[in-house]
Amino acid sequence: MTTSLIIPPGLILILGGLALPLLARLGLRAAALIVLPLLSLWLVWTLPDGAVLSTPYLGQDLIFVRADQLSRVFATVFAIMGFAGGLYALNQKSTLELAAAFVYAGSAISVSLAGDLVTVFIFWEIMAIASTVVIWSGGESSSRSAGMRYAAIHMLGGALFMAGLAGEVAATGSTAFQAMDLSTTPRVLMLAGVLINAAAPPLSAWLADAYPESSWSGMVFLSAFTTKTAVYVLLRGFPGAEILIPIGLFMVFYGIIYAILENDVRRILAYSIVNQVGFMVTAAGIGSEMAINGAAAHAFAHIIYKALLLMAVGSVVLMTGKRKCTELGGLFRSMPLTAVCCIIGALSISAFPFTSGFASKSLISSAAAYSQMEGVWLWLTIASAAVFLPDIKVPWFVFFNRDSGLRPAEPPLNMRLAMVLLAVLCIALGVFPRTLYDMLPYAVDYEPNTVAHVVYQLQLLGFAALVFFAGLTWLQPRDTITLDVDWLWRRPGRTLAAFLDQFSGYTWQWVADRVTAGAERLYRLMLSHHGPEGIFGRAWPTGLMAFWTTVMLGAVVILSYF
Amino acid sequence: MSNGDRQHGNGRPLVSEATVKTLWRVLVSALALLVAADLFVEHHPSFSIDATFAFGAWMGLAACAGTVAVALGVGALLRRPEDYYDN
Repeated sequence: MTTSLIIPPGLILILGGLALPLLARLGLRAAALIVLPLLSLWLVWTLPDGAVLSTPYLGQDLIFVRADQLSRVFATVFAIMGFAGGLYALNQKSTLELAAAFVYAGSAISVSLAGDLVTVFIFWEIMAIASTVVIWSGGESSSRSAGMRYAAIHMLGGALFMAGLAGEVAATGSTAFQAMDLSTTPRVLMLAGVLINAAAPPLSAWLADAYPESSWSGMVFLSAFTTKTAVYVLLRGFPGAEILIPIGLFMVFYGIIYAILENDVRRILAYSIVNQVGFMVTAAGIGSEMAINGAAAHAFAHIIYKALLLMAVGSVVLMTGKRKCTELGGLFRSMPLTAVCCIIGALSISAFPFTSGFASKSLISSAAAYSQMEGVWLWLTIASAAVFLPDIKVPWFVFFNRDSGLRPAEPPLNMRLAMVLLAVLCIALGVFPRTLYDMLPYAVDYEPNTVAHVVYQLQLLGFAALVFFAGLTWLQPRDTITLDVDWLWRRPGRTLAAFLDQFSGYTWQWVADRVTAGAERLYRLMLSHHGPEGIFGRAWPTGLMAFWTTVMLGAVVILSYF
Repeated sequence: MSNGDRQHGNGRPLVSEATVKTLWRVLVSALALLVAADLFVEHHPSFSIDATFAFGAWMGLAACAGTVAVALGVGALLRRPEDYYDN
């Protein structure tokens, strides 16, 4: 051990999560949910720079804690989410879900502080297991099947990452977690594993398939950690990998188009996660200092406004039991605070001026422009306008549009407090962007809130709003789903599995029949020779034995003459 | 806790036709003002395309109209009933 004075911030939440069922019995569940993330946050902020906690293992160093500006940004926002999520979920009856969520959060913090690839992998896998439990805690049959599909995809991602890691160690002898080029197959495998967690194509569908099947509080946690740890690993391990630019841009438009078509409010927000992570992946591919800053800032801002949106929608789900646009509408009358928080979240995710998203997304677009990547910048600009369409959908169809007749009350006080906290953060980071910029890995010489930039952004979003309201007839949600790549394993894959199951059943039966028949023949043969009536089983008279002995001895005497 | 009774609305519009018209007038006026603002605001374009007049306005309109068209095309191909996977 390098030092015994360092307490890993992630470990606090992991151990706290594991002990949560016991703490709940002692009446300390609420206290743990509030205090442990704050303690973890304090530990993150007090960490000195550099590798401060490591241990040798199989000839390599496992570096459990290595802090710098980049890791601290992510660890900080993960800890904030642990706190806000814990506060929001105080009423969640399932202690198992909260225990898993805290292990999940602690592992995400641990990935962001890991100093080597093996440590990254260890906590990466713990995250996969814990997040699967969070999905299963949704309690519905759809939660179980979606959780199983989610686990299968993430095990595949983990296997790819592990294969790449083993190859990297074999080729270089190093497990260093640092910027890597894509010159070797193992590194490509590692990148593929990371991209699966980032919900990149072709397997983006896992996110919108699984997350919405968690509970009203579960998705708040799920939205924060898996994809953003993947972004962190991309920023540290593969900055400037050009392949990330088309992948990220695909994610941006995939998320927008599928969200426009979707009816389930939580699934709209799930597609919107892919869309926003697409901006970060694109920035990782651009790779300049400004782009890395932009991706880190956008991850920070995104985790907060996305959690806010999911808290607002989770409140609606909890209070009405409904989650489809076609069943909701007009809720602002009885849930005004939730509506305002949802609107603030939607404005932030749309990068409305003086919100956190404006401060962060502008960095990414400007990074493309400053790097003279006109095509990338143009696609990002188109996306920045188009993203308003799905972003405005959630508050519009849930809280306005028409009177659904539902009059749910506001959610409990703790849930309102959590939403207000995050809403204030969304505004504060937009009005005082320097607070966010000062946390970033590189020095930021950028001011988003200029008159020209604000007018430009208001034009972009204002005309997007015009298209939305003018096109409402076409954009009305319908009781449909939109087929995605998961169709492959939910339809033909399932049919294939059923066929293989039947085929293997038939094959097994054929083999079993043959083996049984062979065994029966052998039994009958043995019975005929060694059974009571068999030649070897019968009792032979002593005289016959003496006769055969004489014959044998005679033969020996005759043979001895030759 | 849950209030699933449709005792108040059943899909009625939230506001009157007159209010909707007023809201439209407000939106269109605001957009006109934003376009007009470009006469007075000095932008710092990075490329030739964003040096065009009211770039944010026409880009916002074109990008969203194009995206809606693509989305409707994708929807026509890939939309299915919501119980598709249950059958």
